[in-house]
Amino acid sequence: MSAQTAGFLALSSVRMATPLLLAALGGLYAERSGVVNIALEGLMLAGAFTAAVVTYFTHQPWLGLLAAAAAGTAVALVHATAAIRFGANQVVSGMAVNVVFLGLPPLLSGALFASTSETPPIPRGELLPRAPVALAALLVPLTWYVLERTRFGLRLRAAGENPEAVAGAGLSVERIRYVAVMLSGALAAAGGAYLSIGQASQFSRNMTAGRGFIALAALILGKWRPFQTLLACLLFGLAEAVAIQMQGAAGAPVQFVQMIPYVLTLVALAGFIGRSRPPRALGLPLAPRESGR
Amino acid sequence: MSEGKDGGPRAPDPRPARFSGRVARLWRRCRARPPTGLGPALAGLGPALAGLMPAPAGLGPAVARLRPALAPLLALLAALAAGGLLIAAVGDDPIAVYGLLLGSALSWPDGIGYTLFYATPLIFTGLAVAVAFRAGLFNVGAEGQLYAAAFAAAWVGITCAGLPAWLLAPLACAAAVAAGGAWGALPGIFKARFGAHEVITTIMLNFIAIALAGYLTRFHYRQPGDPILETRPIGAGAHLARLGSLVPGLPARIPLNLAFPAALAACGLVYVLLWRTRWGYELRVTGANPDAAAYGGIAVGRQLVIAMAISGALAGMAGINEVLGYRYRYYDGFSGGYGFTGIAVALLGRNHPAGVILAALLLGALVRGGLFVGIFSEHVSRDVVLVLQGLAILFVAAQRLPGRAAR
Amino acid sequence: MSGPAPALELRHVSKRFSGVLANDDVSFAAAAGAIHALVGENGAGKTTAMRIAFGLLAPDRGEVAVDGAPRRLAGPQDAIRLGLGMVHQHFTLVDAMTVAENVVLGAEPVRRWALDLGGASARVAELARELELRVDPAARVGDLPVAARQRVELLKALYREARVLILDEPTAVLAPPEVAALFAVLRRMRRQGRTVVLITHRLAEVLAIADEVTVMRDGRVVAARPAGGLDAAGLARLIVGREAPPRIAKRPAHPGAPVLAVRELTILAAGGASGAGLAGGAGSAGGRPRLDGVSFDVRAGEILGIAGIEGNGQSELIDAIAGLADPAAGGSSGTMILASLADPGVRYPNVVAIGEDSAGSGAATGTRAAAGSTATGGGRVDLAGTGPGRRRELGIAHIPEDRHRRGLLLDLDLAENSILGAHQRPPVAVGPLRGWLDRAAIARRAAAILARFEIRPAALGLPARALSGGNQQKLVVGRELSLPPRLLLAAQPTRGVDLRGSELIHRHLVALRDGGCAVLLVSSELEELMTLADRLLVLHRGRVAGELDPARATVEEVGLMMTGGGGGA
Repeated sequence: MSAQTAGFLALSSVRMATPLLLAALGGLYAERSGVVNIALEGLMLAGAFTAAVVTYFTHQPWLGLLAAAAAGTAVALVHATAAIRFGANQVVSGMAVNVVFLGLPPLLSGALFASTSETPPIPRGELLPRAPVALAALLVPLTWYVLERTRFGLRLRAAGENPEAVAGAGLSVERIRYVAVMLSGALAAAGGAYLSIGQASQFSRNMTAGRGFIALAALILGKWRPFQTLLACLLFGLAEAVAIQMQGAAGAPVQFVQMIPYVLTLVALAGFIGRSRPPRALGLPLAPRESGR
Repeated sequence: MSEGKDGGPRAPDPRPARFSGRVARLWRRCRARPPTGLGPALAGLGPALAGLMPAPAGLGPAVARLRPALAPLLALLAALAAGGLLIAAVGDDPIAVYGLLLGSALSWPDGIGYTLFYATPLIFTGLAVAVAFRAGLFNVGAEGQLYAAAFAAAWVGITCAGLPAWLLAPLACAAAVAAGGAWGALPGIFKARFGAHEVITTIMLNFIAIALAGYLTRFHYRQPGDPILETRPIGAGAHLARLGSLVPGLPARIPLNLAFPAALAACGLVYVLLWRTRWGYELRVTGANPDAAAYGGIAVGRQLVIAMAISGALAGMAGINEVLGYRYRYYDGFSGGYGFTGIAVALLGRNHPAGVILAALLLGALVRGGLFVGIFSEHVSRDVVLVLQGLAILFVAAQRLPGRAAR
Repeated sequence: MSGPAPALELRHVSKRFSGVLANDDVSFAAAAGAIHALVGENGAGKTTAMRIAFGLLAPDRGEVAVDGAPRRLAGPQDAIRLGLGMVHQHFTLVDAMTVAENVVLGAEPVRRWALDLGGASARVAELARELELRVDPAARVGDLPVAARQRVELLKALYREARVLILDEPTAVLAPPEVAALFAVLRRMRRQGRTVVLITHRLAEVLAIADEVTVMRDGRVVAARPAGGLDAAGLARLIVGREAPPRIAKRPAHPGAPVLAVRELTILAAGGASGAGLAGGAGSAGGRPRLDGVSFDVRAGEILGIAGIEGNGQSELIDAIAGLADPAAGGSSGTMILASLADPGVRYPNVVAIGEDSAGSGAATGTRAAAGSTATGGGRVDLAGTGPGRRRELGIAHIPEDRHRRGLLLDLDLAENSILGAHQRPPVAVGPLRGWLDRAAIARRAAAILARFEIRPAALGLPARALSGGNQQKLVVGRELSLPPRLLLAAQPTRGVDLRGSELIHRHLVALRDGGCAVLLVSSELEELMTLADRLLVLHRGRVAGELDPARATVEEVGLMMTGGGGGA
């Protein structure tokens, strides 16, 4: 492999890793606070669509990004309300969000642009610059800092590990989790926005193609920690870049490369790459029946 | 707040009797309850409904038996209402769209024939998810299981194409069931052995199954020169008979095939398995309370694997409908989410075989009607079906009403 | 009371839990700067009273006063603000975080944007120094032994400047030297002018450290006085109350050969941070063995009672015999040998077949006997390596101490609940591979249990959740007694059951014994043990503290032995 190909591959991996990283960091906030976020896929789709539409109409990619984050926050609020307020099974309500946003963007796209398969293309000059890559990279140390060195982070981690300790200290576990899940939505949607107005120039049906789940896998492989999650995202980004590279070459088993993230995650879950331990209270609703006492 | 975790040493029975009065007695008749994971989410609806609709005196047991259907029905109505708002928002008339949806799904013979055809895989996947739920497991992997099964069926259909029909078709079916079961058992083993949560492992296995089948198709079983990612056709002996050839008035062009009666039979079998046999009892006990299961001498880990294997085998049968009954080959991306829709089917059907049939028919009708809505309505595309389905799942999940959670 | 106002008071507090009066007009006063022991048996209402004082529970009636002023507590945050602190029996610590992080959670020092973890550590270290508590602020809580975690909980309260500290059974998880260290700390706190309320049921501790004592029994305060004039025997009498006349007539036992022989059974505590559930805390890390060299026989036709304060190894003992020992535990040694049916010394309890018409019961007994003897062949079975299912097959039944955790399938109906553990054999499971559930037989069996144990409402189709606690317990007892067993492990068989129900269960237990079954009875109710047991073993800190004859021993003797206050019998 020439130095040029290697360089191109590296660059391409970073670009592929960016949306994954944004979504995975989003998932990190929700899950470290104790709420399963399997809705990353739907949140990314919501963000990708919102960003494409807003950018198309306003010609302002940054506004598109902002709108995407806002949309993601709103959708995440639905998931959070179902999961926290109504005590819904967090996996079920996350799946519901995914299904809704598999259908809603094409539906709206069809109504707005008379095409359910994609939104109209955005001119090159109006796309997001490379900045999101740097932004995502910056978010990793920032997330670490927030979790480990701020009051909010301390409380968030405690809510995910032992909500009773948080409640016992006179704090509201619910409020912490709401904020965490909404942050999660904003970040995942930003990841989606990068897909539609950064890598591509329009929204197309199901354009995330499972990236939300890959982000979840990266989060698990990264043991719910920011820097390790970054590494996992880069690895998965590399797998995607290689797969794209191989698509040109006939006879190359692309599918095997595509499988790598998932197989690695399974291996990690089986404990072969050091045990991946989720936050202890992940997915558990708050003291369901006894709250009245 | 943490209060009440162990609320005073004496409190002899920390769980108060949850319902009272005769409405409660009626509610208690509803024996088919969801498994632990969803239990709290769904259970709260009972008293809420009871409060909403005070039962008139002399309400017969027949009506009372319908009560478990009320919760999903309410969720469905709420989803339809929300969907109606959405349809109006994009500029169509909700009544007209829903009318079109229903009309095109229920016309004879095409509407009903296709509705039943689309419902067939949904019965299988819904049943698969329901069986796992009954064991306390959330099988998000029906999609991968049905891909693995479909490819296995196609593989047998291709490699053993010369066999006579009486042998080949059952063999291909068996291959599908075995492959789906094996693919389903994997996450069961992961959970029993390593404690890995089945939701994550099944999602991973979905992608792996699809990629693996895609690889095999592309490099080993494709018709040379075929631009589409699909296998060679299977032997004619593996084709399942279309019901059009058996039911007068049903044209043979409708792909409704023997898989549909098989799906109904599977529901009957699952019912018998779960509620009439020792194995079903052990499976349900494991789902209801794993600690009690271990106490009662049930090997919980083994139950997890068995339940997932059964679930996977059922999901795999959905592949039979497509490969042996319709396309006569495996092709990449054929499912379009049957496995995920199965979750909605199971939830709306309250994890009961009879409910699964009803919910699958309903969602099958939505799929069929959605196609027509996409073609004939001005602004609304068939994607509205996905939105309705997602909203229904959300509303079913959130039916632990907030009044009780007030603190 | 004259002089300065008490630091903490409850005034005429009542609290009811689903019908049961947990606190009945409780008045309690802890003088400022003193160590006040709140003592009583399990279920006497001590913890409820203190949870009310700390704002975790709202009283139905009565009020809480701090420094003489009545206060309305909306939650623990109000109590904390008023200078109260509470260390719960189950610690509320975050294992994955450091000591300093745990201590400051909810009251974090902040400098500009960031947490001032350095400042927090310094303050924690300073507090620890003042009280001579050995704690490393940077250590991960999950790595700490139980005693150190308890010190972290103390620091949490002190960091919030608690002047009144409530400790709920703080010594339950500690080894003796650790108890001594804790008491030294409490004395230092007293010297600083703080008030300590110590919930305990150990007499020695009360006598060693308390200035004042309040005794509770059955939700009421039965005595409140200075500790000075009290001795162990007097205190024991106050705690357990007077001996009630035995409620059921019981013929003398005619014990046969041993059915179960337990030798040198030792079970270590779980090690490291691997165990522990959501609540973390008690019993997870380090500490002494849960059971330490326990040996005894249970003979056919006798009820062997196990007395002891809860948490002294009873649960571990029952779980070990039932085959349900926690796999996360640190390991075990010793043997448990079950006499097989072939053993000529053991009579089979054919008298107590419950839940079948006579023909059915004969058949059931016959098959069981056949299965047992073919399976075991020789005279004895080593239980090591056999699972709970196999042990049930061998004739071991088990009434679990927590019916909700293990005993019941709350969402399944009464018929389905009535066959758990019996579902793998005829008459319940019939046909090829014993795969078919005989619904008629199940209905008969369930109906018989409901009738014999007077379970209301007697509707087979109800979910178990719909029954009251007492009826749920009778269902579990009825199911286990109908197996029918050769060895019954009965843990807290009448917990939460009313008087009538308890009597019914007691009658059945005695009938089972008279039929030749061996019964191992664990109860936290001394009266129940004294009434039912033919022999009484006392467990204290995982060891057999002594054996007593319940017909001759006094409550005081047993109480002393349970609390580690006396020698052998």
